[in-house]
Amino acid sequence: MGLAKRIIPCLDVKDGQTVKGVNFVNLRNAGDPVELGKAYSMAGADELVFLDITASYDGRKTFTDMVTRVAKEINIPFTVGGGITELADVERLLQAGADKVSINSAAIKRPELINEITSHFGSQVCVCAIDAKNDDEGWHCYLKGGRERTELNLFEWAKEVQDRGAGEILFTSMDNDGVKNGYANDALSRLADSLSIPIIASGGAGKKEHFLDAFTVGHADAALAASVFHFGEIGINELKGYLKENGVNVRI
Amino acid sequence: MKIAIVKYNAGNIYSVVNALNRLGINPVLTDDIEELSSADKIIFPGQGEASGAMRYLKERNLDKVIRDLHQPVLGICIGQQLLCRHSEEGDTDCIGVFDTEVKRFTPSSHEYKVPAMGWNGIYGMKSKLFKGIPDNEFVYFVHSFYVPLCQYTAAVSDYIQPFSAALHKDNFYSTQFHPEKSGDAGERIIKNFINI
Repeated sequence: MGLAKRIIPCLDVKDGQTVKGVNFVNLRNAGDPVELGKAYSMAGADELVFLDITASYDGRKTFTDMVTRVAKEINIPFTVGGGITELADVERLLQAGADKVSINSAAIKRPELINEITSHFGSQVCVCAIDAKNDDEGWHCYLKGGRERTELNLFEWAKEVQDRGAGEILFTSMDNDGVKNGYANDALSRLADSLSIPIIASGGAGKKEHFLDAFTVGHADAALAASVFHFGEIGINELKGYLKENGVNVRI
Repeated sequence: MKIAIVKYNAGNIYSVVNALNRLGINPVLTDDIEELSSADKIIFPGQGEASGAMRYLKERNLDKVIRDLHQPVLGICIGQQLLCRHSEEGDTDCIGVFDTEVKRFTPSSHEYKVPAMGWNGIYGMKSKLFKGIPDNEFVYFVHSFYVPLCQYTAAVSDYIQPFSAALHKDNFYSTQFHPEKSGDAGERIIKNFINI
């Protein structure tokens, strides 16, 4: 059998509430990350990602409280990210019960953060998120949720992230994100084939075929999506049934 | 019933506490020898690095205490590995309940990533832990080291090669996967341990 390909819904959280119009039937409060997370878990999600998009200090506290509640109530693994800049942030979130943390801009600004996290807590807790875009000069990494271009080459940075001990890479193609035209399978397969840690595909899912391609063409180990799940355009159960029919090893 | 969880320098212990709480059980989290010895059942969980974990246990004499327990014990993930004789991780001598070696995964092709992270099927189950769990049920693994198939193997999973997803010897049970993160199947396995 071997490891199943993972399907991961991503929830953006602001001031303790999920954002983006969430269209979930039979859910009293889809704005509650814990209830929504539970619904996804029951629908067959393999993992969950919660991203804190609050900037304020008070928001951080609210987010940590939410992490504690998720850990108490949900029995599948979950990753948290957003605003992690130092080891103390990681420690706070892991203590609250998160299984993994996702770091992004902070790792580009200070790559040693990856070494610090993995030497303290192990590789398995450290997911390194990389936002990148393909232009005339090739694939480059971006900071601040895609607002600031860096000179870092995607593939070189991904290799460095692995060498510093990260346990997984969450790769978002900004060209594909929100367009619903499929994942960036060329870059994905190049990452997956050259690295020895798992790659999570992100950005571009619009239909079931896109997930299939991310696995069969992009060689991704997991696929993350947000709006197609939140708006109920694709049900996770239905998606996994489709993947299984097409020969992908999924947990059903 | 008193359930004790061995408290030591390994991560992810609170997720086991949360899983027991969901079953209505309030475990004691302790490294106190008296407390552990007087518990009805003991869970030895964790995530971390073998040599540092063994050093911590030895300094507190917990390695001997754990080896001599007569109650049902459940080792999880690094807990399973530490119950073995020796681990390639940091060339570490471990507790030695299971007379077997812990090895590092060596990927045979690029499709095999290490750490092995995610859901994998288990089969060939033979211990009370797996009552009601069908062959090929998926459970959640996160690991770079594994126990090869041996006389104690109580469940098998395939990654690069077949390996021990669970072990059993006398009162000692263990899983390489994380039942506390394995959805409803994991909950059933924890419940089975409580009911042994």
